[in-house]
Amino acid sequence: MKNIILLPAIISCFLSVYSLSEEAEPQKNVFEALKEKIPVHGFIEYGYGSRITRDDTQNHDTLYNEARLRLDYNHAWDNVEVQFKGDAVYDGFQGEALFDWRETYALVLPADWTEAKLGRQILTWGTGDYLFINDMFPKDWISFFIGRDDEYLKAPSNSVKLSFFPDIFDINMVWTPKFTPDEYVTGQRLSYYNPLTQELSGSRNQIYAEDPKGDIENGEFALRIYKNIKGYEFAGYAYKGFFKRPEGFNTRLWKNYFPKLAVYGGSVRGNVFGGIGNAEFGYYDSIEDRKGDNPLIENSSARGLLGYTREIVKDFSAGIQWYFEYMKNYDEYDETYLNEPAQKDRFRQLLTLRLTRYAMMQNLIVSLFTFYSPTDNDAYLRPSVTYKYNDHLSFSVGGNIFLKKYDHTFFGQLEDNTNIYIRARYSF
Amino acid sequence: MKTFFYIFFAVFAAFTTSSTGETADQIVNKANLASYYQGNDGRASVSMVITDSQGRERTREFIILRMDVEDGKDQKFYVYFHEPADVRKMVYMVWKHVGKDDDRWLYLPAMDLVNRIAAGDKRSSFAGSNFVYEDVSGRGVEEDIHEVTDTTDKHYKIRNTPKDKQNVEFLYYDVWIDKSNFLPVKAEYYDKQGDKYRTVEALEIETIQGHPTVIKSKVTDLNTGGNTVSNFSGIKYEVGLKDDIFTERYLKRAPRQYLK
Repeated sequence: MKNIILLPAIISCFLSVYSLSEEAEPQKNVFEALKEKIPVHGFIEYGYGSRITRDDTQNHDTLYNEARLRLDYNHAWDNVEVQFKGDAVYDGFQGEALFDWRETYALVLPADWTEAKLGRQILTWGTGDYLFINDMFPKDWISFFIGRDDEYLKAPSNSVKLSFFPDIFDINMVWTPKFTPDEYVTGQRLSYYNPLTQELSGSRNQIYAEDPKGDIENGEFALRIYKNIKGYEFAGYAYKGFFKRPEGFNTRLWKNYFPKLAVYGGSVRGNVFGGIGNAEFGYYDSIEDRKGDNPLIENSSARGLLGYTREIVKDFSAGIQWYFEYMKNYDEYDETYLNEPAQKDRFRQLLTLRLTRYAMMQNLIVSLFTFYSPTDNDAYLRPSVTYKYNDHLSFSVGGNIFLKKYDHTFFGQLEDNTNIYIRARYSF
Repeated sequence: MKTFFYIFFAVFAAFTTSSTGETADQIVNKANLASYYQGNDGRASVSMVITDSQGRERTREFIILRMDVEDGKDQKFYVYFHEPADVRKMVYMVWKHVGKDDDRWLYLPAMDLVNRIAAGDKRSSFAGSNFVYEDVSGRGVEEDIHEVTDTTDKHYKIRNTPKDKQNVEFLYYDVWIDKSNFLPVKAEYYDKQGDKYRTVEALEIETIQGHPTVIKSKVTDLNTGGNTVSNFSGIKYEVGLKDDIFTERYLKRAPRQYLK
């Protein structure tokens, strides 16, 4: 329906641009002229990425081959704003055209002390850098691993966000009526370790997980209470819903599924020693396996991170993080878990390092993000170089490099998916 | 030893009075108030044209909101980007503190992400222009030692030498301050070898709501030959900005009434 409304608007714009071009404004390109007519923004992008090694579980090496047209439009009245943002995509990997709605929401501002955002939206909170403890909003890990722009790591959800601003703190409540899982590795594009077959699996042995029933009680609730005290940001969080990846296995359906989950946590962030320090903690309550003796369901765990970012020299900054997951009822897990080689550690740890260098008046950005797990003995490197040729055109090249000792670990299982990519984007 | 020099310079600066009897510190304080603290708050639309040595141009367009917590002391800034397209709707926010690190935030709307930025890089380029962050929010007057090195009919010339040489790329900088309104009209920066490498000029000044205001300024990088010209429009003082505009709430949801 929305497409039908938009279409005449877009056509009329192109027509008016055409008539404009006959007048004496030769230096204006089609997008600038279009923008003056109606405030539509966006970009055109092409990206291509491929494995650098042969993956025996997959039919082809190309992981990413797509063209996107982003359209972004918003309109504001006094107390209401509407926002539309979406990508018309030709996905060469799937061989199909699709429309990827990123945002379609109404922002309602009824009074000074409250706001509501209703509809499809991108939501983020928490303090981690590419690490999420209390941010239970959907992530698109496929996009992240194949080289799409960073923004696609955050997937949209159809939600109601209510915010209240009493003087003492801010309150944000998010209700997502229909559970929205992460876009996780299923074998279709990226291969993974299948604990049932105990081998690396790809497109011929994909994960098909059972979604929770669409009942109203199977929605997700997320809450944040936030307070800024003299530049130090404190937040408390709660979540009730499901694991965002299918961390359970249902033997009756013989299918993976999303076990129930509640998360409680807190975070703090602020200036420390000339840089930014952050700490975050969360308790993951695996509601269906509180005793930890069901090997087919992820146990409860305590998770935390500490981070510190600062500029080392001018235009060169570094950020480090230490992250852990401490599994509760490990002894029960140890006793009941049968696939010994793929057994998890009680105390999984991750270290990350982000290095960013700006050069040529910030038009060249060289970056390396590294995940390294001393307990899993695996690593994931994300080098990238972006060059902004002018205010519209930018080019990026980068890689997603996975290193392993064992097949089953989080990043290690992805080793055969190691890839390099290029992207070109024209923004308007 | 270092401390001795500080005391020496401070005493020296205090006794170096201008012809009208004002000390360098008094002049610099007045200039600081005239350029960064006019009114209790303010807003402006800024259009920057960045020209590199080969004549290629890039533009930046943004709205800047400013509120003084205390005159001459702490301030809050809110910068909302319109152009270029890849930074559209991004917000940069600063709680400027005198005597300790600023609090700085960057909001990335595509990911709904509120990031903190380390306070250290105040001398790095602002939004890829020849202006540095400090040019936008002001350099703390207490960070330099000030001396009056020349006085003409129209100007005071002040030499500013940083107390902490580690955190800056310059050896010192000279500023020409207009005697009539205390606006700095020109600054010249000298590098560690003593060579002039950077100039900042006020090209046009207009009186707005009784406040003389720079409406066009230019930074030139003498090493690369690049420059940036900023044009300020829609300037308004005493907007009535409230403290809560400069919070996470309005990073995530732009206060449209002030950004038109």
